Amino acid sequence: MATTYQRDDYLDSTAEFTDNIDKREALGKVFEILFLLGLLVGLFVLALLLFDILRDGLGRFLTPDFLTETPSRFPDEGGILPAIISSIILGIVVILVTVPIGVGAALYLEEYAPRNWWTAIIEINISNLAGVPSIVYGLLGLGVFNYLLGFGPALISGALTLSLLSLPVIIVTAREAIRAVPNSLRYASYGLGATKWKTISSHVIPYAVPGILTGVIISISRAIGDAASLIVVGAVGFLTFNPGLFQRFMALPIQIYSYITRPEPGFANAAAATIIALLLLILALNGVAIYIRQRFTIH
Amino acid sequence: MQNINSQDDSFSRFGDSLEKNASDDILEKIIGVILFACAFVSVLTTFGIVLIIFQETFGFFQEVSFAQFFLDTKWTPLFADKHFGVWPLINGTLLTTAIAMAVAIPLGLSSAIYLSEYAQPKVAAILRPAVELLAGIPTVVYGYFALLFITPLLRNVFPLELFNALSAGLMMGVMITPTVGSISLDAIKSVPRSLREGAYALGITKLEAIFKVVLPAALSGIIASIILGISRAVGETMTVVIAAGQQPRITVNFAESVETMTAYMAQISGGDSPRGSLNFKTLYAVGALLFLITLALNIISYWVANRFKEKYD
Repeated sequence: MATTYQRDDYLDSTAEFTDNIDKREALGKVFEILFLLGLLVGLFVLALLLFDILRDGLGRFLTPDFLTETPSRFPDEGGILPAIISSIILGIVVILVTVPIGVGAALYLEEYAPRNWWTAIIEINISNLAGVPSIVYGLLGLGVFNYLLGFGPALISGALTLSLLSLPVIIVTAREAIRAVPNSLRYASYGLGATKWKTISSHVIPYAVPGILTGVIISISRAIGDAASLIVVGAVGFLTFNPGLFQRFMALPIQIYSYITRPEPGFANAAAATIIALLLLILALNGVAIYIRQRFTIH
Repeated sequence: MQNINSQDDSFSRFGDSLEKNASDDILEKIIGVILFACAFVSVLTTFGIVLIIFQETFGFFQEVSFAQFFLDTKWTPLFADKHFGVWPLINGTLLTTAIAMAVAIPLGLSSAIYLSEYAQPKVAAILRPAVELLAGIPTVVYGYFALLFITPLLRNVFPLELFNALSAGLMMGVMITPTVGSISLDAIKSVPRSLREGAYALGITKLEAIFKVVLPAALSGIIASIILGISRAVGETMTVVIAAGQQPRITVNFAESVETMTAYMAQISGGDSPRGSLNFKTLYAVGALLFLITLALNIISYWVANRFKEKYD
């Protein structure tokens, strides 16, 4: 094609090209700024949100009894202790249930599973479960734990529901951590005559621990912040005692929801103060995750 | 420790371990079975969801006909004059989802493009986790912010109802931005360098390379991220139940209060409907529809993303 052009035509088009290039580069600059703005909008909203919540809630949060008393029907009195205790117990049960099962499943899929249609079904199934809405897990929990197993709307039902909700995320992140363990480590262990399980328990797992724990904490933070599934299972917005495993229960997000939906003005501040408590809890968990990652990473 | 002590009679110990092989074998088998059982929990979860949801939904459709559910245009299961037309709930879901995606697609894509094509690696290493923080904020917090900050702010400009689709949709969009952004970012990053360099060699600018080469090449990954974002928006509950209200109606007016499928489910479960009652079954019927919609979206997203992966491997 190029050979059919006249030489001066070619020169002409080059001239046009160079004239144009400034405009095109300028347009490029404009879009670069637009893309950056698009990125910054999200961060701006995040900053605004945190500012708004601190402004609305800090006064209420800093009152002495807010963290240590049971809720009151008056917005300026009482506290959120039952919700905090509930959320912590929920978190602990979720860890106890999901870590062994999730890591076990990840080990099976990475180290044991044969490459066949059955394994493929399990894998597709897990990635689908990760996309099932939280409120649908609530329906599952209501059916299985409340009615089939007869726990009723108790803390244990909520905790097991949140466990099922967190499981896919933990499996996915644990798999990534296990996959990142170098094969040379496994071969060295086999070379010394170790069996598969000895190799996994004494080499693969210790090496993968930081990655696994990071995933665990990300998914626990999600579980602790989740409200939709607990509403369906039957969490309550008002409790005057600290719940046991088989009693009615609250959770920080449920407390927030309950405060927001009350019409009296002061409850908005109580909601914001509870949000501060929830965010601090999540922040603390993530701090632990970062600490663990730095402390236990094998270099 | 044992190994050091046993070094002098390593031969006899080696013999020991050979004899123990049978029990080792059994142990290995047992562990294999236990680990398989762990993985099987996920399959049981899916079976549980399907069995329980569809059992109750079956019960629902024995009392309410398919025609009533899918053809009626009113949703008033809690009133004396009962109607079970699900379209108002679907309308509310679609309206808030559309607003959310109108926010999440441009914000998510521009974040992905900036982080991949423009930002210095060190800057990107800070900005990417910062954007992903948006996904770590509990959704009930977005509900609070939508109702008590965004709505009053917008009411200065638009005549909005106190509960409205716009505030809830906008907040949901910000929340979903990291979902769209980080999957698109991975797709954009896996476009081979050679393609960009080929484009530059032809004399086009960076921006033209992005729009004419990089984005088309990453298109299926981007589409997968958008579909996944839609699925998240459809299933999101707390923001819409707090900020969009509980008025099931068919409307495209974003200033009005609407009710989504998830908001209805949260509303009815808060009311402690006894098991076996028709209200209880509507919860599962709507849940079944929600589950099927999100499942379909997730499968499409998974399928589109995998097609894209094959292209460059």
